[in-house]
Amino acid sequence: MSEQHGLTIIVKKVCQFIVPPLFLFGIYITVYGHLSPGGGFTGGVIMASAFIFQILAEGSYLDKLRKDKKNLELAESASIFGLLVLSVLGLILGGAAIFFRNFLPAGKLGDILSSGFIPIGNLIIGIEVCASITLIYVALLIFKDEETQ
Amino acid sequence: MDIYLITMLLLMIVGSLYTLHAKDLMSAIISLGIVGFAVVISFLLLSAPDLAIVQVVVEIITLTITIAVITTVTYELEKKKIRISLAFYAATILMFAAVFYVIMMRLTNSLTPFGQHFLRMADTYIKAAYECGSANLVTGIILHFRAYDTLGEATVLVTAVLGVVTILRLHGKKKEN
Repeated sequence: MSEQHGLTIIVKKVCQFIVPPLFLFGIYITVYGHLSPGGGFTGGVIMASAFIFQILAEGSYLDKLRKDKKNLELAESASIFGLLVLSVLGLILGGAAIFFRNFLPAGKLGDILSSGFIPIGNLIIGIEVCASITLIYVALLIFKDEETQ
Repeated sequence: MDIYLITMLLLMIVGSLYTLHAKDLMSAIISLGIVGFAVVISFLLLSAPDLAIVQVVVEIITLTITIAVITTVTYELEKKKIRISLAFYAATILMFAAVFYVIMMRLTNSLTPFGQHFLRMADTYIKAAYECGSANLVTGIILHFRAYDTLGEATVLVTAVLGVVTILRLHGKKKEN
């Protein structure tokens, strides 16, 4: 399997330089989604591209990929469940019985902790999108490895 | 209720009934397309053009894919020649022109004149997104009062990934052999 050893040393060094800022940029886009352009979907895709670049450059073993796949499935299911819990919490705590009611205080315009549950929702959507897209890539890799065995 | 809308609903009912009783698969698929495009015109008549655009695209793609699959699967059955008279062609063209004229007159009357903006919905969106306290108006819209829509998008992504993971697993397939 060629996936075990990864690509050449040039690609590996470039990956070590690029992946940490890329992942941090994805977290920034997600967390500041209610203040600046971006949001959960965009930040999640950027974080997923960081993970995919890491796996592509450094290579990975089949057992580790299987463990990653289990964790990614857990993260994806937990985050979509969290979004549902958030919506039902809005139904219960929001006063009026409205699905996805914004039950937290609005706060001051421009602060990080403002606009109710919108940062929480952005964070959950970011985790969900990141886990989903990485899971597709990992599932394809596992399929290729199992097929060649 | 509108006479055009009633006509479209009747057309949809006739199309779906013919789909159930069609002789071969191809005519069933084509009469199912009648239902889809009648839904498009109903969306236009109910002044929801964005839904109509989405429905047109989805209908064309699914119809093309289904017809391609059916011509591949039942190729031998479709080879018989059908004689169509000239009167049938003329009637089809006349009917298409009449429907096109009526729909165009109806739709262009319901639109606002060129150059005048129609900002009733946009004003409501901007006010409601400002009330939730988000500096980014787009995020304020998609996670405040269109959060149900966002939940649907996230569910679509989860369903797609579930499909990929289910198709690409080999453990379940090996036990069958």
